[in-house]
Amino acid sequence: MGEPLLKIDNLESYYGPIMAIRGVSLEVNEGQIVTVLGANGAGKTTLMKTICGVMDPEKGTVKLNGQEIQGQDPDFSVRHGIVQVPEGREIFPLMSVEDNLRMGAFTRKDRSNIAADIEMVYGYFPILKERAQQDAGTLSGGQQQMLAIGRGLMAKPKIMLLDEPSLGLSPLLTKEIFAIVKRLNKEQKVTMLVVEQNAKIALDTAHYGYVMELGRIVMGGPAEKLRESKDIQEFYLGQRSEGERAQRRWKNRKTWR
Amino acid sequence: MDLLQLLISGLANGCVYGLIGLGFVLIYKATESVNFAQGDMMMLGAFITLGLTNQSYVGLPFWLAVILAIVIMGILGYLLEVVFIRPMFGQSQIAVVILTIAIGFVARFVAGLIWGHEPQSLENPFVGKDVGFGGLVLGLDEVVIIGTTLALTGGLYLFFAYTRIGLAMQAASQNQLAAYYMGIPVKRIHSLVWALAGALAAIAGVLFASKGAIDPSTGLLGIKAFAAAIIGGFGSLPGALLGGLVVGLIEPLSSRYVAAGVSQIMPYLMLLLVLILRPHGLLSQVKAKKV
Repeated sequence: MGEPLLKIDNLESYYGPIMAIRGVSLEVNEGQIVTVLGANGAGKTTLMKTICGVMDPEKGTVKLNGQEIQGQDPDFSVRHGIVQVPEGREIFPLMSVEDNLRMGAFTRKDRSNIAADIEMVYGYFPILKERAQQDAGTLSGGQQQMLAIGRGLMAKPKIMLLDEPSLGLSPLLTKEIFAIVKRLNKEQKVTMLVVEQNAKIALDTAHYGYVMELGRIVMGGPAEKLRESKDIQEFYLGQRSEGERAQRRWKNRKTWR
Repeated sequence: MDLLQLLISGLANGCVYGLIGLGFVLIYKATESVNFAQGDMMMLGAFITLGLTNQSYVGLPFWLAVILAIVIMGILGYLLEVVFIRPMFGQSQIAVVILTIAIGFVARFVAGLIWGHEPQSLENPFVGKDVGFGGLVLGLDEVVIIGTTLALTGGLYLFFAYTRIGLAMQAASQNQLAAYYMGIPVKRIHSLVWALAGALAAIAGVLFASKGAIDPSTGLLGIKAFAAAIIGGFGSLPGALLGGLVVGLIEPLSSRYVAAGVSQIMPYLMLLLVLILRPHGLLSQVKAKKV
């Protein structure tokens, strides 16, 4: 394989004086689903924001197809094929479902294909077609997540950044969403970078995974390797080690710190 | 018949308030700060038209002057956003509000410097002419005001519901962050909203000036329009118009049926009442975020 589609080198981002990501490097190859796991506050969302240009990094590079794109505004990165499906959906509540999808295609030049793509999105999410003329704010949480993904697709991205698609969804819906993510990856050839707390489903879906903690990537490998890793099992998949009771006390909790 | 004519002239007044209110609400919805210079922008629009068309100044044909004034005010609105408001991006809203108040003072001062502080009338083709509808005799100016407002409202509706930029403005006002994520150039959209508000202010100014004399402090009318917009439900475009109409109607009616001086305070009494009974205004858009 040649140049990775997305290559991040030594990225550092700050919220004011607080360093939120501390030298993150990762690669996403074309056609892959890559997941970044991590607990709250690990810096996953900050990483996503920095990649798509909502935040500017202090140091480091983000390369899309070898072209440096860090520090550009999001409309630049969307036009170059990176679209983010933000955490917590962030749909346009008082616009119809269809207008929400249309807004996803805002940066596109090929206006004539937009109608066909809306149908394509409806093909994946039939419920959205039923609700096409309804205000998006009246959709349920799961439907809103579907709309957010559909809206992202409308930009015809090369790579889609999904930030916590399972947030606030039932286990069943989460499964459904991830099944569609997998199908989109296969059928529409959209490369995916998925940030998730639900490690099990993320590792079941992804080809490759990274683990982030306190602003650093502490581990990376093919998804099946990560699934088998003892530490991942203990921290993220909820399996307790067989040790003494004392070992489970917080003082002894393992971290990569 | 008398009452009907009173109502029509009240409606015409209300249309002007409504148009200024629309400018307030447009900017508020897009940028979440209130532009207290909106009334002064209306005054400037009126004076620019007056300066261009009156025989004592440039003496251009009326319609050409109106179009030029709309364009000039549009550009001025755009530039105000780019030069003064955009650097304040991320500052507290109150700072932006104070800034717009300052812009209003400057506008009044500049207008006084150029056109003097004496009241002047805009020379226009509607003044003093009447139109008969059945037995009803209406001033042409009032008919023009109501007609223009109706047309503008329809035009704005189509613009926001069907054009790409209009939809993007809606999107940016409903969820700025998401609009940013979708690659909508939010900052440019803000400038365009200011341009639109400027152009609207120019139209409102011309309409207002076609009814009577203007002077540089005419812009203080903006405060009444602001109250009207709150009565209608700040943040709702139809609400701004409705509020304007309500205030426009209540003024002549109260001075006729209650007492002459009452019309001055009625809009504000209305405001208090509405704020107590329906704190979000008559037509409010309630959005609840789902988690």
